[in-house]
Amino acid sequence: MKNIIKILRAQQDLTQAQLANKLEVSRQTVNAIEKGKFDPSLPLAFRIARLFDKNIEDIFTDEE
Amino acid sequence: MKKTAEKWDCNSRKTTLNLGLWTGAWVLTMALATFGPKFLWEGNSTLTLVGILINLAIGIGVIIANKKHLNSLDELQRKIQLEAMGATLGVAVIFGLSYSMLDTTNIISYDAEISHLVILIGLTYLAGTIIGTLRYR
Repeated sequence: MKNIIKILRAQQDLTQAQLANKLEVSRQTVNAIEKGKFDPSLPLAFRIARLFDKNIEDIFTDEE
Repeated sequence: MKKTAEKWDCNSRKTTLNLGLWTGAWVLTMALATFGPKFLWEGNSTLTLVGILINLAIGIGVIIANKKHLNSLDELQRKIQLEAMGATLGVAVIFGLSYSMLDTTNIISYDAEISHLVILIGLTYLAGTIIGTLRYR
């Protein structure tokens, strides 16, 4: 899955560590999701969407 | 929100430290139960049994601490641990049984010790964790 977390994070002037703290995950997890190396679970995707006040499909897009 | 995040991070560190302490205690009691009969209490069976039972009890503590540690990890960290555990289980069963067969068929001249398997398990798990961490970096 592709995502625009890096852009949204930059818009809110958040570091990966700050975003990780807000999502209650490790910085490595935020980094892996941003790079598309790891797809988050649905609950985590919802937390991300809620945090940026967006719908999940606005943030994540299927590559297929 | 910040408090919850700090609590998560704090809990994660706490369970990791807790697991380290339990594992350290387990290794120490293992050394005590192994070398005690020879160097400390000269073959006293009662003390040896007590040493083994203490080691067993602390071993159960290690299992519980490990479960708590896994529960404190986030989903990527759990995935890394799961992949490392899966690889370790496969390697332990496949290589362990092959190694045992080498011993029972007398192809190797020495005994296939359980400690060799434990070393293999430890190294495989360590390598699996490092590879997983690097893969998702």
